[in-house]
Amino acid sequence: MTADENLVQRLEARARQIRVDVLKMIHAANSGHPGGSLSAADIVTTLYFHELRIDPLNPKWPDRDRFILSKGHACPVWYACLAERGFFPVETLATLRRIDGILQGHPDMKKTPGLDMTTGSLGQGLSCGVGMALGGKLAKKDFRVYVLLGDGELDEGQVWEAAMAAAKYKLDNLVAIVDYNRLQVDGFVDQVMPLDPLSAKWKAFNWHVLEINGHDIAQILRALSEARATANWPTCIIAHTVKGKGVSFMENKAEWHGMAPDDAQLEQALAELGVK
Amino acid sequence: MERIPTREACARTLVELGRENPDVVVFEADIAKSTKTLYFAKEFPDRFFEMGIAEQNMLGAAAGMATTGKLPFVSTYAVFASMRACEQIRTFICYPNLNVKIVASHGGLTPGNDGPTHQAIEDLAIMRSIPNMTVLMPADAVATRSLVRSAAQMHGPVYVRLTRDPVPVIYPEDTVFSIGKAVEFRPGSDVTLIAIGDMVAWAAEAAEELAKEGISARVLDMHTLKPLDKEAVVKAAQETGALVTVEDHNIYGGLGSAVAEVVAEECLVPLKRVGIPDTFAESGEYELLLEKYGLGIKDIKRAAEAALSKKVS
Repeated sequence: MTADENLVQRLEARARQIRVDVLKMIHAANSGHPGGSLSAADIVTTLYFHELRIDPLNPKWPDRDRFILSKGHACPVWYACLAERGFFPVETLATLRRIDGILQGHPDMKKTPGLDMTTGSLGQGLSCGVGMALGGKLAKKDFRVYVLLGDGELDEGQVWEAAMAAAKYKLDNLVAIVDYNRLQVDGFVDQVMPLDPLSAKWKAFNWHVLEINGHDIAQILRALSEARATANWPTCIIAHTVKGKGVSFMENKAEWHGMAPDDAQLEQALAELGVK
Repeated sequence: MERIPTREACARTLVELGRENPDVVVFEADIAKSTKTLYFAKEFPDRFFEMGIAEQNMLGAAAGMATTGKLPFVSTYAVFASMRACEQIRTFICYPNLNVKIVASHGGLTPGNDGPTHQAIEDLAIMRSIPNMTVLMPADAVATRSLVRSAAQMHGPVYVRLTRDPVPVIYPEDTVFSIGKAVEFRPGSDVTLIAIGDMVAWAAEAAEELAKEGISARVLDMHTLKPLDKEAVVKAAQETGALVTVEDHNIYGGLGSAVAEVVAEECLVPLKRVGIPDTFAESGEYELLLEKYGLGIKDIKRAAEAALSKKVS
């Protein structure tokens, strides 16, 4: 096995564990958003276990890379990665959405160690990323900023305001990743508000655009590496994904956007993920 | 008396702050000539971010920038800051309590002839209702300089409401103002006129008129709408026994409402509110609009007399 194959296998195993954590925490809270957490699991895992320059012991390290989950409802996957990465104990995940807990229903940077931005109202994370990336350039720091967007939130005009600003300021330290699972709350993106041709839209806004399979870790790694090597322009990685990925009965089902599995469903989901 | 728009005073203060603190940056939405942030842009082109006509993105970007340790001042008209980008301010700046200062020009009816699309008569109510937000409106150029400097020194979101039109300079140069501490602009014992922004000078004129009739009116400059100086309100109620609020804002939700809350809970005395009577105004010259919509000197005077007549002695 080559070193690259080894890395991919390790990340795949990590992503499986992250999916297990996501399902268990949403089950424990009896509410939350499994669909979009699972579609983003391979991307967020690759970021947190390979790409990001971060220090779990020093979450506010000024030189750290930043990650913004613009689709804030998918925070279970963010919390799981932060916990597995050592920002706080994994046991904390069982307190998702509990009063007095540190894991709010949508991300709160004041409560959870490792969160770089509060999010939850859609279409706004990329603007914050623009500000962070500009701040980095201004301070002559080399940290990078990654923003994960849902496809549904691209309906918001503010996303395109941010896209224009990022290109104007040549923010090559900024990467937008679109979790293109083609489902939003009311149904398929194509029916709610069509986005295609999505790649052409970002290109028209002067972004460097890549399209990948968002569940193929080798492709995710290559795309992130290409983004890092791209000078002068921000990069958008359009990641084709499956909502609910990894759990057969959740895949491609809009109703699993914001619903918790019951005991039997959790058992079945964990079995599918290889947990006895 | 010299007259300077507070937007002008603010823009000059931003340049001073820029010289003193390399972390100060300014965001603008295509109206730098009007808000005067072009002064900052000329001196610090690398720290000036022209974001185009896109206020929502601008406020979000300022939030992101604040997390990197910079001190963003975001400039646009009050109507666009408080409403077009309201949720961005609420959820991405106030909720995480980020260090972003919003300098909102063209407050109240001061956009005058531009009409209601550009007049901000709801902004104080909106900003006052958001947790963590500090809300300021300086009365003149001297107060603007001092309060903007204080805003830069405190941590957290601040909304500074400014005027388009020139307003008289009523304070001696270098007067220092403290956020949250009202200023007794004119002493008086029969009634207190509590005013905000350029209405302080306006209320002072009304107090002059009242003096001619033998009524001693105190004028309180409530430059900080939030946190409101409750002690000053209670003191004015106890010492003068009748209150009038004066603001260039809808009668609902602004200074009058804030003072009424204190009065109802702490010190029941007669209170009359002078403000825009829950209506959209129209295009016209600023001072004529004030007259038409019930904010004239005679309206303030009449409100003071009404409050006095209800006084329980």
